[in-house]
Amino acid sequence: MNAPIILNTQHFDQPWTLENYLKVGGYQALRKVLTEKMSPDAIIAEVKASGLRGRGGAGFPTGLKWSFMPRNYQGEKYLVCNSDEGEPGTCKDRDILRYNPHMLIEGMAIAAYCMAVKTGYNYVHGEVFECYERMEAACEEARKAGYLGKNILGFDFEFDLHNHMGYGAYVCGEETALLESIEGKKGQPRFKPPFPASFGLYGKPTTINNTETFASIPYIIREGGKKFADIGVPNSGGVKLFSVSGHVNKPGNFEVPMGTPFRKLLEMAGGVRNGHKLKAVIPGGSSMPVLPGEIMMEVNMDYDALQKAGSYLGSGAIIVMDETTCMVKALERLSYFYHEESCGQCTPCREGTGWLYRIVHRIEHGEGRPEDLDLLLDLCNNIAGRTICALGDAAAWPVQGMLKHYRNEFEYHIEHKRCLV
Amino acid sequence: MLSQQITTLIDKELKKYPADQRQSAVMAALRFVQDEKGWIASADMADVAAYLGMPQMAVYEVATFYHMYNLKPMGKHTLTVCTNLSCQLCGSGDTLDHLNKRLGIGLGEVTPDGKYGLREGECMGACVDAPLLTINNKKMCGRLTSEKIDQILAELDKQ
Amino acid sequence: MINIEIDGKQIQTENGSTVIEAAHQAGITIPHFCYHKKLSIAANCRMCLVQVEKAPKPLPACATPVTEGMKVFTRSEQAVKAQKGVMEFLLINHPLDCPICDQGGECMLQDMSVGYGGGHSRYHEEKRMVLAKDIGPLVSAEEMSRCINCTRCVRFGVEIAGQMELGQAFRSEHAEIVSFVSGTVDSELSGNMIDLCPVGALTSKPFRYKARSWELSRRRSVSAHDSLGSGLAVQTKNNQVLRVLPIENEDINECWLSDKDRFAYEGLNTTDRLTKPMIKQDGKWQEVEWQVALEYAANGLRHIANGAGAEQIGALATANSTLEELYLLQKLMRGIGSDNVDFRLRQSDFSGDGKQQGAPWLGMSVADISRADRLLVVGSFLRKDHPLMAARIRRAVRKGAQVNIIHSADDDLLMNVAHKAIVAPDALVETLTQVSKALAAEKQGQSASGDAAAIAKSLASGERVAVLLGNFAQQHPQAAQLQALAQQIAALSNGKFGFLVEAANSVGAHLVHATPGSKGLNAAAMLAKPRKAYVLLNVEPELDSADPQQAVAAMQAADLVVVLSAYKHHATEYADVLLPIAQYTETSGTFVSAEGRVQSFKGAVKPLGEARPAWKVLRVLGNLLKVDGFDQDTSEAVRDEALKGVDVAAGLNNAIGGVEAKALSAAGGLQRVADVPIYSTDAVVRRSAPLQATADAAIPQVRMHGDELKKLGVQSGDVVKVSQGQGSVKLFAVADDKLPKGVARVAAGHTATVALGAMFGTITVERA
Repeated sequence: MNAPIILNTQHFDQPWTLENYLKVGGYQALRKVLTEKMSPDAIIAEVKASGLRGRGGAGFPTGLKWSFMPRNYQGEKYLVCNSDEGEPGTCKDRDILRYNPHMLIEGMAIAAYCMAVKTGYNYVHGEVFECYERMEAACEEARKAGYLGKNILGFDFEFDLHNHMGYGAYVCGEETALLESIEGKKGQPRFKPPFPASFGLYGKPTTINNTETFASIPYIIREGGKKFADIGVPNSGGVKLFSVSGHVNKPGNFEVPMGTPFRKLLEMAGGVRNGHKLKAVIPGGSSMPVLPGEIMMEVNMDYDALQKAGSYLGSGAIIVMDETTCMVKALERLSYFYHEESCGQCTPCREGTGWLYRIVHRIEHGEGRPEDLDLLLDLCNNIAGRTICALGDAAAWPVQGMLKHYRNEFEYHIEHKRCLV
Repeated sequence: MLSQQITTLIDKELKKYPADQRQSAVMAALRFVQDEKGWIASADMADVAAYLGMPQMAVYEVATFYHMYNLKPMGKHTLTVCTNLSCQLCGSGDTLDHLNKRLGIGLGEVTPDGKYGLREGECMGACVDAPLLTINNKKMCGRLTSEKIDQILAELDKQ
Repeated sequence: MINIEIDGKQIQTENGSTVIEAAHQAGITIPHFCYHKKLSIAANCRMCLVQVEKAPKPLPACATPVTEGMKVFTRSEQAVKAQKGVMEFLLINHPLDCPICDQGGECMLQDMSVGYGGGHSRYHEEKRMVLAKDIGPLVSAEEMSRCINCTRCVRFGVEIAGQMELGQAFRSEHAEIVSFVSGTVDSELSGNMIDLCPVGALTSKPFRYKARSWELSRRRSVSAHDSLGSGLAVQTKNNQVLRVLPIENEDINECWLSDKDRFAYEGLNTTDRLTKPMIKQDGKWQEVEWQVALEYAANGLRHIANGAGAEQIGALATANSTLEELYLLQKLMRGIGSDNVDFRLRQSDFSGDGKQQGAPWLGMSVADISRADRLLVVGSFLRKDHPLMAARIRRAVRKGAQVNIIHSADDDLLMNVAHKAIVAPDALVETLTQVSKALAAEKQGQSASGDAAAIAKSLASGERVAVLLGNFAQQHPQAAQLQALAQQIAALSNGKFGFLVEAANSVGAHLVHATPGSKGLNAAAMLAKPRKAYVLLNVEPELDSADPQQAVAAMQAADLVVVLSAYKHHATEYADVLLPIAQYTETSGTFVSAEGRVQSFKGAVKPLGEARPAWKVLRVLGNLLKVDGFDQDTSEAVRDEALKGVDVAAGLNNAIGGVEAKALSAAGGLQRVADVPIYSTDAVVRRSAPLQATADAAIPQVRMHGDELKKLGVQSGDVVKVSQGQGSVKLFAVADDKLPKGVARVAAGHTATVALGAMFGTITVERA
């Protein structure tokens, strides 16, 4: 296994300090960009060459996204980091925030330079207050050391970064809801178009990337995009942090090349707990369709392989379930989540998620009806693709995934009013 | 009236945002109120609205949208337990049962002495440490077991 | 222009428009709830999902911009499935209580569920219940379970009314429309939320359970309560007005109505309605036959004219009387030899008479106000005096216009004000003079500092400048000078200037010369030099006059007071004959709006009891007094005669010249600043119970700068004694540091302050 690229300070007692970050080559990429006066085009070319795709879940090519920012726009533009990590199963960004905050700062500074942005915001999930404090301290440290603020590293380049704390709304992980939230409003997603690149924060051009995406930038600039891309597999460049949680012996975050077999990741996480048998895996955060263990054991963790297998890489959060897991109960909890976290704005999600939850809840509690399963699927079709943001899809996919692979368990619940497992 | 301590904190927060975007500090302002008072009364929301120059209704929308705000008095130590899937798989049900037994309260309730409050949380973004709880939205405690919960409560009892 | 295709139909539409706009232009209906042409796009109801070629998913027509060559299918299988899916979601938690819902029969949800709803429900779970809210006397929020969270009401508040009184609190399916801490919705435009609500969540409280919508007959009418000329649909059942709704006209009220126009009808048929002619005999009021009362009045007037002389007779009218009524009133007076007729009851400066070239008017079209990029509003309680005009200006400001204010009070206009000068009444002229000077200097390239200079700078930078004089400016003792200065400022900024105009028919009253000629006395003079006889048309002197003390004294001293009124009001104390006349909903007539729009209307119901249209009463009086030309058979004939040879457009002219500078008498003490509260402006609104239950109808207070209160040793909230002339009243004192020093703001037109004197001038406030 190669040395870590993202969590590269873990061997220090205090991995988060500027001092330790500098020891592992920190801020060299920023210095390189400024010293060599790299052109925005050159930076974007490197990022495109790296094959880096948005690590928040959607997997949009980062270089392409950066190229959308209007070049000649007069006036304020913004750069926003989405650290609102709340997709169940996902907790990779938390490790970047708390263990390697300067890598995020450096990545954002490079992006800001590339897109001529002076102000950035890092939106931190409300529940990880300690990470927010860590980020606040790191920004202060960076400001004092001249990595943020005016005349960064003595160059005519200005960028400052501020942390904004969420306070308990999953939907703010949706980029436009997040912008609304920074503006001091409810986190209700905006309809698109217009996209943030033309109408973003405070109505100004804005680029939003995930924490891990930004954290990948310094390496790409320092070592070259191709080197990053070559670590992974075609169409899924670089390394990726995978959070492995649920029924494993050693849950944790693992930084591995894209395309690493799931089998290997499971091994790194200590295998299924206490000798239990692998039943099912949600491979990319709770919104992604569940896959049976036997399929997963043959799958590599990259965008294309997972899509071929019937799910998505998403945020790279792997929830492992062993044979004791009742899939009805698991879905009930997920459906409750999407119902509670719906922003309430648009009809299919506001009304539909509650309906989904109530049906699954009934089935779990022995009050299911035979027609419920087809109804669930029909409702999913009426929610997915009909909403302002992707939360509608996110609520539908788990239901569809569960019914695709575990319909028999649901039928058993309905018929026998109890659990199969 | 907002305490001087709160307005000082808000003022610091306001520096992060453009001068004509004071509303951006509303989430922080409400958090400061809750940190000081344990919950946010409508009078506090009105004060925040006046301080930031935004409609009271807009403050109310924010306060009711984000789930970590307490809209009623909660305990001196409010424990929020995540029950989402990874935590559920790792025994958040047991966590709740144990807290239930120890504190004698259910979700959304406060102990009669006002010392503890119990809330259910959604995914806290720390799933590899499941099961989890946070204390007053500030400190996160993971990989909970009955023993560990007892330890946490013993610590809090001393405060 | 862009070419698109909707359902196979080729459509040309403007670049930048949305699919729903293009479809509506082409007469293709796309189902929708949250979309409203006057509000921002929310795209939240999802009802307007349509299929767009090459798009993988159905797209919301309201939020999808048209692109060249776009092909849209609103009725394809994909589109209809999406629409039906949304309809099902909208209905699962809806109570489906249509049989007892006031919205029934005019409900978008009901209508659309016919087209897109299912015959049975697949929803077997418990329905969500949303608690009722009490948000005030006008808008009912009793059945919020019906709400579909389209947020039209919220967006209306923020974008049109300018205040966020309702919001959508909580989230997920717990989301609900609420007011902050169950407060009331106090906007003077709140009733529009009822119209906007596509379901029965927000309904009219006064209309609640009064009738089913399909039982109502509908007549077009025109607002009698302000000068905008809003179109009204007066809805009646069993000869009673049960509801008033807006008639849409983009150039006037758009699709809106002020609460005053919407709910005034509740004051039409109150218990003090005069339904039989009455005369006072031996100090006792007796109901009599019409003939008796009319002869009594005619004889009385004839007696005075023949004895003391016709110039001893004065006629006063309010400007919410119709054109026909005002025309016949002045014709009658002139026919019996008196030139004393006037409707400008709250005006105090008449020095412009004879110098003013035509009827004072808006000076531009109402729509021009929306197009102005720089505005100066002088002496206006804008929001309350002209609610929809204010809304127009607010929208202009949202689009980038700058509004500047010069006034003696600083009420929140709920819009960004670029610059303002808030000064005492006696400093208004000086302030305008400064603005004018600064503008002249600005033209020479010189800049000064200060409020006036800032205002001048703003105006100088405009391309379409509007200078508007409000009621306060028109009622001001130096009104003519203010007008001349406004004229100067408008000229210097290449703009237009005009009056916001006080009442529904002020312009019409001028056009038919319901004003004294050169020999006659104006309204103020008629009261200052009491006449032996008065004819009052729609007037409550103590509430409608600039100086109630003087008005009441004059009435009491008169030998004969003939009252044409719809109500049995205070006049019973001094009048001799009461002639019951029809309300504006009970007669045909004409109003000429601020912009000079001549609008005739028909009666919606029959006059109550024995009341008769005032034009008929005046016609008979004319006959009895043997005045020529009182043979009109219809109100239309009166109107045609009144406007014969009148070129309305040419008659409107604000130009004024030769105004002499006149200083205000330098009396010490506090200067009174008097607004006429929004629900005190005329006899009908003063009697509308729901309007009188609003916050805007609260009992007036005396408001003063905190320093002034301190000088008096009074705390905010104390009761104080407020005196003018021989009268005094007790009012609560309230500190208002937005007022200039040296003034006391005490409302006029309200029973609580009728004991006081003139609207302008000194006023004494002391500890009670």
